This record gives sequence, structure tokens and C-alpha cells, in this order.
Amino acid sequence: MSESEAADLEEFRKQTRAWLEANCPPEMRKPATSDADVFWGGRNAKFSSEPQRIWFERMRDKGWTVPDWPKEYGGGGLSAAEHKVLRAEMAKMGARPPLSSFGIWMLGPALLKYGNEAQKKEHLPNIAAGLIRWCQGYSEPNAGSDLASLQTRAESDGDDFVITGQKIWTSYANYADWIFCLVRTDPAAKKHDGISFILFDMTSKGVSTKPILLISGYSPFCETFFDGVRVPKSHVVGTVNRGWDVAKYLLQHERAMISGMGERGVGRPLGQIAADSVGSDAQGKLDDSMLRSQIASFDVDEAALAACAERAVDLAKAGQAHPAFSSAMKYYGTELNKRRYEILMSAGGVDALEWESERSKQGARPRAWLRTKANSIEGGTSEVMLGIVAKRILDLPGA
Amino acid sequence: MALVLTEEQSMLRDSARGLISDKAPVSHLRGLRDAKDPTGFSKELWQSFAEMGFAGLLVPEEFGGSGLGFVEAGVVMEEIGRTLMPSPFLATSVVAASALSRGGNAAQKSEYLPKISNGSLLATLAIDEGAKHRPLQTNLQAVRAGNGFKLSGAKALVVDGHVADLFIVAARTAGSAGEREGLTLFLVNPKARGVAVERTIMVDAHNAARIEFANVEVNADSVLGEVDQGAALLDGVLDIGRGAVASEMVGLSDEVFGRTVEYLKSRKQFGKLIGEFQALQHRAAQLYVDIEITRAATMKALQALDTDVAKAASAVAVAKARAGTTATRAVQEGVQMHGGMGMTDQFDIGFFMKRARVCEELFGDANYHTEQLARARGY
Repeated sequence: MSESEAADLEEFRKQTRAWLEANCPPEMRKPATSDADVFWGGRNAKFSSEPQRIWFERMRDKGWTVPDWPKEYGGGGLSAAEHKVLRAEMAKMGARPPLSSFGIWMLGPALLKYGNEAQKKEHLPNIAAGLIRWCQGYSEPNAGSDLASLQTRAESDGDDFVITGQKIWTSYANYADWIFCLVRTDPAAKKHDGISFILFDMTSKGVSTKPILLISGYSPFCETFFDGVRVPKSHVVGTVNRGWDVAKYLLQHERAMISGMGERGVGRPLGQIAADSVGSDAQGKLDDSMLRSQIASFDVDEAALAACAERAVDLAKAGQAHPAFSSAMKYYGTELNKRRYEILMSAGGVDALEWESERSKQGARPRAWLRTKANSIEGGTSEVMLGIVAKRILDLPGA
Repeated sequence: MALVLTEEQSMLRDSARGLISDKAPVSHLRGLRDAKDPTGFSKELWQSFAEMGFAGLLVPEEFGGSGLGFVEAGVVMEEIGRTLMPSPFLATSVVAASALSRGGNAAQKSEYLPKISNGSLLATLAIDEGAKHRPLQTNLQAVRAGNGFKLSGAKALVVDGHVADLFIVAARTAGSAGEREGLTLFLVNPKARGVAVERTIMVDAHNAARIEFANVEVNADSVLGEVDQGAALLDGVLDIGRGAVASEMVGLSDEVFGRTVEYLKSRKQFGKLIGEFQALQHRAAQLYVDIEITRAATMKALQALDTDVAKAASAVAVAKARAGTTATRAVQEGVQMHGGMGMTDQFDIGFFMKRARVCEELFGDANYHTEQLARARGY
């Protein structure tokens, strides 16, 4: 970086900090405590509070729901270095993301790489502005870890495909406006070769969803059924029958997203949360030395992972990243998040067992603990991630 | 600051790697060990290091050094870790040079730093006294006597202590073991009366000594920094050493891992390459992830040191703790996956295991640094 670039970046940092200070409502400077507290956008979106609305609208107007997307698609047009500064300043202040969205984390990057101009113009600005909420139609009852064996059919009929089949584990399908979906367009081809990546409106005739009750007592996932859904062929992203390329690219972003899901480095240190229930001795040390050791080891690993996540972004920007590295991050990040919640449950003791009470916020902790068990399954299991690292990064032989 | 090497840093790495892999592969260490070499490293190679600007890498330019930072020192340490080259770089160029640069007065700096830069002076920090690294437990006594002090006590694991031309000794001028107040650093000539040096042949065939001080007289000019207020200087210097050792362990882990993965791709059993077995694939993948995470944490710590040594403690604790557990895992998996071959002296893997064990103890092991992080976070 030249001196003048460094000076410009410093100026950008100052301005950004001042803008955030002036515009981020105090209520938005702490982590969301429940899913209702997160703004997902979409046709039926409701703000859970006035500060949430103000924060979202101010960020949207600057293009900072998607700071590094091009301005022509509703983004902020920030350079890699500026984006890093913005994220660092937001993190320093504890500012929440103004908009959470599978459109931002998953579809957007795939459209930017594989979409045609019309598709980019149609969809990206709606994602940036939080107008359309997306869901992901990937897994099927018989295609989980072996995703490419998916069977949902898309049959050619004039200018349309007619789609029939079933998806499962579709996150928030019951709230989504549109779906990005993997369908089989050539049943005769080898399993990776006959798949297409297609977009359609969830209000299309023949689409229905059914929430799945999980061990947490929540239903974040659905079964999604397609019964002769008619979709224009122009909605295919990339080339027909080459959807696996798009799917894999998107999965890298999904894995990066999931690996970042843990509440790293925000809020109170785990050791202090534990002290609330376990207590401390005269020197301020947790009154459970084995738990204290577990927490300290966790903190070491968490801080190290945060550095690695930062480095992964920097490597990608420098063009030095291995495309499968997100699998490595996904594996470690999800296993670590499970560890975090095992510690939280142990630290909470009896108090963390209550499932239905005001005192426990309707069992927020045990439900969140159970939710984390899906982290190492969704988006590719830990075992699949390790297999990808072994084969694609380490180039080990076999299958 | 991006957590990737700049172009200049990559060039530095390439030139360090070129020299080290050419002149000091693992067989170099093996040769020194087998010959029971009295110096324990190659003086000739150290001169080449100095000529390339590595000996004075951290020394400011006004004292003949290169004036580079801790990230650059880490780059060199990582390459040293790859071939286990025994070298005064850690003790002299990183730890002692930092102590002198940060704590020295004008006279001390101009006397010692140019000699470190040109490779003619070897120096080392004498800190540990007990079995474990506990800087605040320092109990070597320095009692005022006339215009100076008299030092009495013993130090262990003094890296390069058998050949150093200058000791930087942590001593207690006030207070008692465990207290921050009352620590002072002294510059001591190893030839001073009352100093007894015993070279310790260690498991890793690297160089260290036990040193006894029996009423060793030093004058007031020998104080490095301020009397009784040495803890802050010591903290910074130790953190710099820790960051450097973490880098060495990253290089060591990466090298062992690379060799192990190559073995998985070439060794056949049950009619297949053993790398085809999922049990080994997953363990190799986990180790890869561990190493990458530790590499990032170490870069983060070195950058934090470059930004402000006094504020880098937590990042350094994370890096050294991670480096310890990662290297321990890497060498154990390395030996295990090499099977019986990994147990033979003829094979190099064992050298890495031995060095990892010593690096783990140097400047505090993973348990020590994990504890430091817990304290810093207030629980």
C-alpha cells in the first residue's frame, strides 16, 4: 500500500467511525438475543423495534447491507480494504448486521459470478434493499451428504421447466419469497452433470412448505414440495446441466457463513457468564477449576479461529485462497460453537435446564444449545468437510 | 493490516528458505549432534546470516541493523523451524536485541547492537530458575554492594548460554518471589568472576546452559532499564520471544505435516496407499486445519507486537498456547503415521518431536499461556 492509499484508508476509517457513531442506535450495538431480533427482510418483513428499522434503513441507503457489492446492484462499492475497515469499526462498536439474508450470504455471490446481466439487475438490488427473502432448495430426503444424488425433476416444456419433487431442511422456506434450487434437468447424465441451478417465486402454483419440529422445539427448517411448478427457462443461472458448478461455489459461501455463525468475540467473555452461576473465589477465579480450564482453552481456540477467519478473507482478496478452505473453516467453526454451548450448559447447571419459564426466557439457553448440534450437519457434515479438505487441499488419494 | 505476507516479506522468506534449506537441512543438526560439536551450531553459517542482514534484522538501522519488524523475524523463525537449524538467531537477534533496543541506554545500545548486527556478539536472556517458566518467581538475588550489585543464584534453560558473550540476567533487587515489583535486568559478562556455566545437552540437540552466579559483581552501568522496574521491559521482551518461538513451531508443524502427507501418498499396505484410508484422511485434515488456525493466530500476534508490544500480550498468549498444542499434535501424528519408521533415529521425524518439546517449554507452555489469557479476561 502506498502512503497516499494508507492516508486515504485512514481518512475512510475516521469518517466511517464518525458516521457509525452518529447513525447506529444504541440498541443496535449489542448482539441480537433471539431470532425475532434479527431482521431478515422480505415481502412480509416486520421490524421488531424502531431502532431496528432506523438502523436498517440508514445502512441500506448507504449500500452497506452489502458493502462490497457494486453500486449498480445496490451495494456500497467498497474496496476490499475499505470493507475490512467497515467490518472492524462495526465490530469495535458491537454494531449488528442491519440485514441478515441468504440472498446476501449465498445467492448474491453466486449471481455475481454466474448470473447474466438481466438476472443480476432483477435480483441483486432487491436483496440489497431487503425486499425479497430467499431460501435454499438443496437437500432432499435421499440426498443429504450425497447432495449430487438429488432427484427433484425439471422437465422441459416449451420455454418452461416443470418442476416436481421434494426438498428438505429448507431453512425458513415458510417465510421465503423466492427459492434458489437445484433440480435434475438430465436424468440420463452422470449425477453431477445433469443438475441445473434455477430461481423461482415461492408463491408459484404447486409450491408448498411444511415446518419440521426440531429437538430445540423450534422449526427453522421445512419440507418443501414442488408439484408441477412451472418456471421460465430464463430463470436458470449459468448453463443448463452445469448447475453443480454454481452449487459448489455457493456452498463455499454457505460454509463460510456457517463457520462465522458463532458469537465470536462479541458480548461478555464466556468466563464471566460462567461466573454468574458458578461463582468466583477471593482472587476472582471461577469457583470450578476444571470448568475454568475448559473455558480458557476454548477462548484460546476461539481467538485463534477469529484470526484465521480474518486471514481467510485477506487471502481471498489477495487471490491466494484455496477454494476449499471454507470447508476447513466450516468444520472448525461449527465444532467450536458446539463446544461453546456445552460449556454454557455446564456453567449454567440447573438454571440451564429450564425449558418453559419467564426466568429462562422460555429455555433460551438449552434451545440454543440443541440448535448448535445442527451446525456440524447443515451445509455439509463435519465428516464431509474433512473429506473435502483431505481430497481437495491435501490431495490424498481415493474416491 | 492484512494477515498475509507482503511482497517484501515473501521475498525475505524465499531468501531465508534458500539459505537454510541449502546449508542447514536436518542433516546439519544431525551432524552437529553426532559429532558432539562443542559450539553446537555453525559459526560460518551465522556469518552468512549476518551478511544477509538477518543477525541484525530487528536492530535499528542507526546501529547497523535492518530495522525490520516482528513479522519479518517470524518469517525467519518459521524457516528455521522447517529444518531445525541450530542458530543464535532466537537468543541473540530476537530476544537479546529486543531487550537492548527497548531497555538499553545510549551507551549500551551503541556498544552492543552493532556487534549483534555484524554477527560478532552472541547474547542471551537468562530467565528461568525452576522447572517451569515463571518469570515473576525470579529469585536470583541482586544485592547492592558499593557502586554496583552482587548477583547470587542460578538460571536454567539459558539458550546458547555456553557460547554467549553477554548474559541479560533477570534478578530480584527487591520484594520476593511472585511479585512484579523489584525485578531488574542486568548485563553480565560470562567471564566475570563467580559465573559458572554448564552446557546442558538437551533432548533436541540444541544449545542451552545452566548458569550459577556466586556473588558476581557488576557495576551500576550494567543495569538494563530501571532498577526494580524491570517487569514491564521483561514482559515485552518475553512476548517477543514467545511470538518468535510460536513461529518456529508453525514452521516445524508445517514441515512435519508436509512430510507426513507425502508418506500417506507413498506408503502401501493392504494393497492400497495408506492415504486412502478415511481414518487417516480425517486425522490429516484435522491437523491441517489446526496448523492453519495456529498460523493465523501467530501472524496476528506478530502484527500486534509490531503495532504495540505493550498491548500484544493476549494475542501472544493465544499464539504460543496454540503453537504448543498444534506442534505437539503434529509431531505425534507424524511419528504415528510413519509407523515403525517414525521411531527410528535414522529417520528425521524424531528430531521434530524433540525440538517441539523444547519449544513448548521455552517462554511458557500451552498451559501457562492459557492461564494468562484466563486471567487477562478476568475469570
